[in-house]
Formats: sequence, structure tokens, C-alpha cells
Amino acid sequence: MSRLAATLLATAIFAGSAAAAEPLKLGFVAPMSGAQAEYGLQMMNGMKTYMAQHGDSVADRPIEIIVKDSGGPNPDVAKRLTQELIVRDKVDFLVGYGFSPNAFAAAPLATESETPLIIFNAASSTIPLKSPYIARVSMTLAQHAYGIAKWANEQDIQKVYTLYADYAPGQDANKQFKKIFTAEGGEIVGEIGVPLSSPDFGPYMQRIKDAQPDAVFMWFPSGELANTMLKSYRERGLEEAGIRALGTSDLVDDHSLDSMGEDAVGLITSAHYSAAHDSELNKAFVETYAEIDPDTRPNFMAVAAYDGLAAIYKVTEDLGGDVSNGEKVMELLTGMTFESPRGPIEISSEDRDIVQNIYIRETKDTGEGLYNIEFQTMPMVVDQGKE
Amino acid sequence: MGIVVFDGLAFGALLFLISVGLSVTMGLMNFVNLAHGAFAMAGGYAAAVLMNDYGAPFPVGLAAGFLAGAVTGGVMEFFFIRRLYRSHPLDQVLFTIGLVFASIATVTFFFGPTMQRFVMPSYLDGNVALFGTDVSRYRLFLIVVGVIVVGGLLLGLNRTRFGAMIRASVDNQRVAQGSGINVDRLFLLTFTFGCGLAGFGGALSLGMLTLNPIFPLKYMVYFLMVVCVGGAGTITGPFLAALLVGVGDVAGKYYIPESGGFLIYLLMLGLLLARPRGLVVKQGAH
Amino acid sequence: MKLTLSRWQLHALEIAFWLTLAACFFIFPDRLYLLTQILIAALFAISLDIALGYAGILTLGHAVFFGLGAYAAGLLAKAGWAEPLSGLVLAFLLCGLIAYVLSVLVVNATELTQLMVTIAVGAIFAEVANQATSITGGSDGLQGISMWPIFGMFSFDLWGKTAFIYAFVVVLLCFLLVRRLLQSPFGLALKGIHGNRKRMHALGSPVSRRLRFAYAVSAALAGVAGALLAQTTEFVGLDTLSIDRSAMVLIILVLGGTGRLYGGIIGAIVYMVVHDVFADLSPEYWMFWLGLFLMAIVMIGSGGILGGLSRFVRTDRT
Repeated sequence: MSRLAATLLATAIFAGSAAAAEPLKLGFVAPMSGAQAEYGLQMMNGMKTYMAQHGDSVADRPIEIIVKDSGGPNPDVAKRLTQELIVRDKVDFLVGYGFSPNAFAAAPLATESETPLIIFNAASSTIPLKSPYIARVSMTLAQHAYGIAKWANEQDIQKVYTLYADYAPGQDANKQFKKIFTAEGGEIVGEIGVPLSSPDFGPYMQRIKDAQPDAVFMWFPSGELANTMLKSYRERGLEEAGIRALGTSDLVDDHSLDSMGEDAVGLITSAHYSAAHDSELNKAFVETYAEIDPDTRPNFMAVAAYDGLAAIYKVTEDLGGDVSNGEKVMELLTGMTFESPRGPIEISSEDRDIVQNIYIRETKDTGEGLYNIEFQTMPMVVDQGKE
Repeated sequence: MGIVVFDGLAFGALLFLISVGLSVTMGLMNFVNLAHGAFAMAGGYAAAVLMNDYGAPFPVGLAAGFLAGAVTGGVMEFFFIRRLYRSHPLDQVLFTIGLVFASIATVTFFFGPTMQRFVMPSYLDGNVALFGTDVSRYRLFLIVVGVIVVGGLLLGLNRTRFGAMIRASVDNQRVAQGSGINVDRLFLLTFTFGCGLAGFGGALSLGMLTLNPIFPLKYMVYFLMVVCVGGAGTITGPFLAALLVGVGDVAGKYYIPESGGFLIYLLMLGLLLARPRGLVVKQGAH
Repeated sequence: MKLTLSRWQLHALEIAFWLTLAACFFIFPDRLYLLTQILIAALFAISLDIALGYAGILTLGHAVFFGLGAYAAGLLAKAGWAEPLSGLVLAFLLCGLIAYVLSVLVVNATELTQLMVTIAVGAIFAEVANQATSITGGSDGLQGISMWPIFGMFSFDLWGKTAFIYAFVVVLLCFLLVRRLLQSPFGLALKGIHGNRKRMHALGSPVSRRLRFAYAVSAALAGVAGALLAQTTEFVGLDTLSIDRSAMVLIILVLGGTGRLYGGIIGAIVYMVVHDVFADLSPEYWMFWLGLFLMAIVMIGSGGILGGLSRFVRTDRT
């Protein structure tokens, strides 16, 4: 919903009943256009799904979402939008934030204005440490890497080659994987950081194939790069050469899984959410989501936005609609636990970061499209990337 | 070693195929066309949608790609671009960038921000033995198509009446007009053809690059690189440049993966400094 | 019919323009961050105008200097000396110096080659910054910058009041400096080179040296603009170095009009305001409207906004 429409809606509600309370304003900063527009789309849909299920007002306050497009990683733009949301729109909550630099840049503003900021995606481990007003409901790369590294250990995989996108998230994922995997005797036989602009992954795959490791750990941001890389993995016949693929959910993101086709089938990955997660709550979530946007299916960003809204509704209800005191809001958010479509989650009482199950899944063709089917659970994993 | 060279040639052939149209519109016609990728994207989407939603076979997709590029290019030429041939190059920059922006949003609106699915036809899937190494059929196909296109373009430009007319009009519009050539129509056809090539390249790239709305911006530097390093306005220049860049990039990735994002730009810088006017200099260039 | 402006009317118009800009402080008190970023973009575009509009150097890599200036100022502050003015001076000198060295690659090349060389150099710098995570913070960005108050008195506030006044004064001073420079014999020589390079050669003008100097000045000012951004947002991201930013400043300048001194400022105001309005109305599809807007500007008249205006207004510069 555009800002204009949101305002009109809010005005209409306001005019309709003179007694209606002030709207609860959420300033939503996310990539809505450009290369990562799907981030914003997923988050928006996730929030709409929650509102469709739980009503578009809480404690008598109608929800007003003010949408701001941050584009890609543009910290100066994100910071300006955040500042304007605070001083001009006087939002009650800041939500969204697709990229870590954008979240880092906004953090001091949250602190200064005492506005709670809820991260829907930005995954650098240290983000919640940058402001006592930040809580994260998404995930960290260290959590993902932990899951698949443990699993590789259990499978008695000895030698692993790592291939990752050479920027902060990729470097994080690589570092964590290495740490966990080698701690129990695994060996890293080679590492390649790939520039984000690289259109052809063939040569890297060839090099890995020639090195003959037991498996290759791959981390790329979800979407096109992950897809291109998977294409190369298949094209070069690494699997036939006995080199298994290890990855995180970014490799087989629900959002783009269907466009990946055959290439994805059989991959083992670790993640905190799959659209095929087996629970009543998730079934309802996926169903409502489909009514809102029949063209896509929810991925980890939609579920984070959904849970973010759940947390906001809970806090607002508990405070009887008065969320003006940021400190009180944060007190309630800290240590909050609830059931999410991904399973049980907790906003850590130590650092306001997310604590959640990490699942090991296999990508299967279910007949209704490709899905990541969970087959092993690592309960309540805490982020270990903050040292 | 063999496989590295082969892969490099294939990557180079692809770079050539998606860039050569730019050598026509920007090099031959002296129109600074930063929107080349938008026409390539039109071709890519036409092919992807026909193949995914209507089950069209790959060759039909390629033909549709050419058509889609040509039609969008022709329409833009007829209504807007023909008024800009004599404009300052910076005005052309601003216009074509605007066109890129608008195309990105338009494609997002109709097809969403997500990348397009592509299923390789079975006859291009998998590997085939060539000189004792297993090479990908699709990559081999790219090389073959690249050679055919370069041959066809050379023949068409140097040996046909149409080619002679283009060369004459580009060199001196007034004289060409005076000798009875309908320059307006010729430029329309040439621009349309250049954009058709872009669309064809966009459709061909489906197997190696991913197609989403940001395509025209993402690969812009590659198009410019191939054309400028090769020599704008020529056909052999971009072909040589694309192969050099392709082999250099692949070899760099294979032998020194640590070189990361630097290598291709260092290569480009080196080539530009060694031959500032391009590998092949356009004849009659002023 | 053409409107003719005398020299004095022109001066009055200039003063009124800057006063209006300053008055925005009171007119839009809750948009000060946007105004500050417009001012910074304006300075960046003015710096590009020296290179492109006056010296005729076509570059798509000017963000290298913007980013270098931003990182220089940011790193100086992180290193323990967070006094704002020293950050600006450091950025100015460092970028000028580096640009003077790099200018060897640029000044004598033809236009397309210049374009590609600047793209390549830009990409290499951006990749270096991405790799040097221990210094730059990589793609997470340079965090933990906390500027001292200006002159020890005016600290940066949540509303962006100090930031706006600070940026306004710096941009105005830089603008006056540039205007002075371009009206000097050096500026006239630059115009001559742009107009007819061979003749300036024949006249014995040291063409290359002048162009190199112009490129260095241009880069130094781009560095100041970058430093301003780093100090007012207290953050530096890799995007400050990116080709996207180089392209954006080129669009801004061409939109406003090159070689006209005010082109960069007008371009920055129009581009950023139009972008902001469209992005608010349609966060997903603003690019469509912005693209259409740019295309329309070109179709209406060449030479950007000021180029179009100049067909209606004649200035009497004597």
C-alpha cells in the first residue's frame, strides 16, 4: 500500500468513528524497487497476511504502514528515510530493513529517538548490539551455517571446499561454517570468494571439481546468483563426480524455488523456515498468503514480517495501546516467546536477537511444485557469530 | 587447460552475441545507447514467457526474442530516437537512461521482480565429447551461433547493397540522401535490426545469465566493455574483444580465483591503454 | 520572445536563489535530511561539472572520489579525531592528489575510452574497499562514527538542523570557490580547450597540465561532498563508491545542464525532489515515472533544464 493510500485509509477510518484512537504507525523501510524488490514484496505480503488473520487494528488502534523504498544497500538513503519517519511521521515502530548496512546506519536513530526497530531481514550478527531499541525476528547467517556444518559433521563428510559471495554476508557464512565444521575434525580444502558481479560460475565449479573434495559449501544471496551457481554445479556434473552440495536456505529460497526447476531437487540445506513446514499455524499462514498474492509463495522474509507484526500486536495489546514509551516496549519484546509458522521462536532476553529451530531439509518435487522438506531439527539455536 | 579455453570462448561468444547489436546502434549510428540492455531484456522476456507459459520450443523463443527486441527498438526509433541523432551525446545518455528506468519498472509491473525460469531443451542439455574433453552442448551451441552471426554480419555489411547503403549513410548523411537513399527509413531499419540482435542475444543468454527486471543495468558495463574495447562500429572488433575478455575472465577465475572482481577490469584497463581506439578501428573514422 | 537579464538582475537572482535555499530551513523543518542530501548531491554534481562541463572529460567513475572522501572523513573520525572541518580538508587534499595521479589515464583519451577507463578504475576501487573489511567494514559499512560538534559548539542533532546549516555553508563556500576559479584565466583556458583543443595547443597553452589540474580540483570537491555525507550520516557504505552513484550524479548534472555552474544544483534539486515524490506515491514503480520524466526532459529541449531555459532567457554578461 502506498503512503498515500495508507493515509487515505487511516483518514477514512478516523472520519468514520470520531472515537477511534490514533493509528498505530509503522515505518516500513525495505527494498521495494530494483534488483531486490522481491524482499519488499515478501515482507509486505507477510504483514498483510498477519493483518488479514488478526484484523487491521490492535488495541483499538488501526495499523498504518508507511512504506519507504530503500532500494539496495543504500545506508545514507535508509538513514534519511528512517529519520523522516521518526521526526515527520512520528512512527511508533520502525520495521523492515533488508540489508545490514541500512540497519547499521539506522541504529543510532532508534537509540536517539527511543523508537523500537524490528529487523525483518538484515542478517549481520552484530546488528542488535548496535542499539538497545533493536530486536530481530528474522535470522542470522551464523545460525544457518551452524546447522549445515553440524549436519556435515554427522554425515562424516571430511573434506569441504567453500564457495561464497565475497561480501559481508558471504564472508560471515563462510567463517561460521569453517569454525563449526573444523571444530569437530572437518577439513577445509579450499575457499573461493566470488565477486558479486560475476555472471559465469563455470570456472569456479571446474576448479572445485578438479580438487575432488567430499562436498562443496555454497553461500550466495537468495535469488539470481544462487540460481546461476546451482546451474553451474549441475552443468559441471559435480554431483556425478561425488561432490555433494551443502547450502543454506538462500540456495533454495521458497520465493525462487519454482523457477529453479530440476536443478534444485535433492539439495540438502539448513534453514529456519520452509513453506512446507509441517504445522497447523504454517498451513494457515501459507493459505492466507496465497489469497493475498497468488503469484508467489511465502519465504523466510514473509514469515519474519508476519512474526514482527505478531510481536508488535502483542506488545501493543499488553500496553493497552500506549506504545509511546520505547523503553517499556523493548522490555516486553525482550525475552518474548511465541509460536511462529516456522516453529517456536524467542527474542533473546540477552541480546534481543532471534533464537529458533534450525531445520535440515531436502528439496523434493512434491507433485505440487518443489518444496524443501524438513527431516531433522536442531532445537533453539542461538546466534554464535557475535564474538 | 582445454576446458578453460573452451569455456572462455563460449562465455566470450555469449558476450559478443548480446553486445553486437550495440556496436550497430552505438558504433555505426553514433547514438549513445545505454538502453541496449532494455532491448535485450525485451527479447529475453519474450522468449522466457513463450517457452514457460505456452510451451514454445527454444528456437521459437529465440526468434521471438529477436522480434521483440526489433519491435520495441523500431517503435522507440520511430517515435523518439530519430529526433535525437543530432542531439548532444549527453542528451542521448539521459534519454536512454530514462528508458532503462522505465523499462525496469514496466517489466517488474507485468512479470514481477522474480527471475524467469528457464528449462534447457534436452538437445542442449548435458555434455558432448570434443577433442577428448567433455564440453557442455549449450556452450558449444553458443560458440557456433557466435561464429555464424559474425560471418553473417560481415557478409551483410560488406557484400550487400543494404550494407553499402548503411555505410554510406553513416559516413555522410547528406551525400547519401542526395544519391537517393531514404536515410530516415534506413536508420529505422538499422536501429531495429540492432535492437533485434540485442533481443536475440537476450534470449540466448537465458541458459547462462539470469533474467530479471534489473538486467539492463546489471550487464550494461559488459556491453559497453565489449564494444569499446573492440572498437565501436565494427563487427570483428567486438568479436575479438568478447573472446579475449571471455577467455581472460574464465582463465583468471580458474587459475587465480583470489583475483576476485579485479581481473576483468584490469584486463579491460590494459586493453584500453594499449589500444585506446579499440582493437579494430572503424574504417573512415574521424 | 526572449527575456533579457542584465548583469545586476542576474546577481540579484543568484542571491535570491541562495536565500531561498537557506529559507528552506524554516519552510521544511521536518525535511532537513533530504535538503542536506540534496545540497551534498548538488556539490557532487558541481564537481562533476568542472570535469565534464568545463574540461570535457567524460567520466562514469566520479564516485571514486566521493567515496574516497567519505571514507577518509569517516576513518579520521574513527581514528579519534572527529573534528568535522579537518575531515573536509583531508578529503579535499587526498582526493585531489589521487585524482592528479589517475588523471594520466584519463585526460588524453577519447570520450568512449575515458568512459570505460573511469568505469574500470571505479570498479577496482570499489572492490578494494569491499575486500579491505578490516579498514572499511566491507559491505556492512563503516560504523561507529561520532562527530564532534562543529567549532566545539554545534552538535549534530536528530532533526538535522546542524547538518543542514553545516552543509549549506560548506556547499556555498565551495560554489563560490568554483565560480571564482572558472572566471579566472585558468577557467577561460579550460573553456578554450573544450571549445577547440587543437587551437589551444597551437596557442601554446599547456593543455594536458590544465586538464589534469581541472580533474584534480573536480575530484577534490567530490571528496568534500563525500566527506559531508559521511559526517552528516555518521556512516559510510560501499555504495558511496559504486557506479550507481557515478551514474546518478551524471544524470543529475545532465538533467540540470552541463557547463552552466548552476546546472548541478538545479539538477540535484529537481532529481531528488521528483524521486522523493514518486517514491512516496509508488514505492515499487517510481522508476517508471522517473524514467518517463527524464525522457520527457530530453524530448522537450536539449541541454537539460538550464539548456531549455536558456532559449527563453538571454543573459547580458558584460
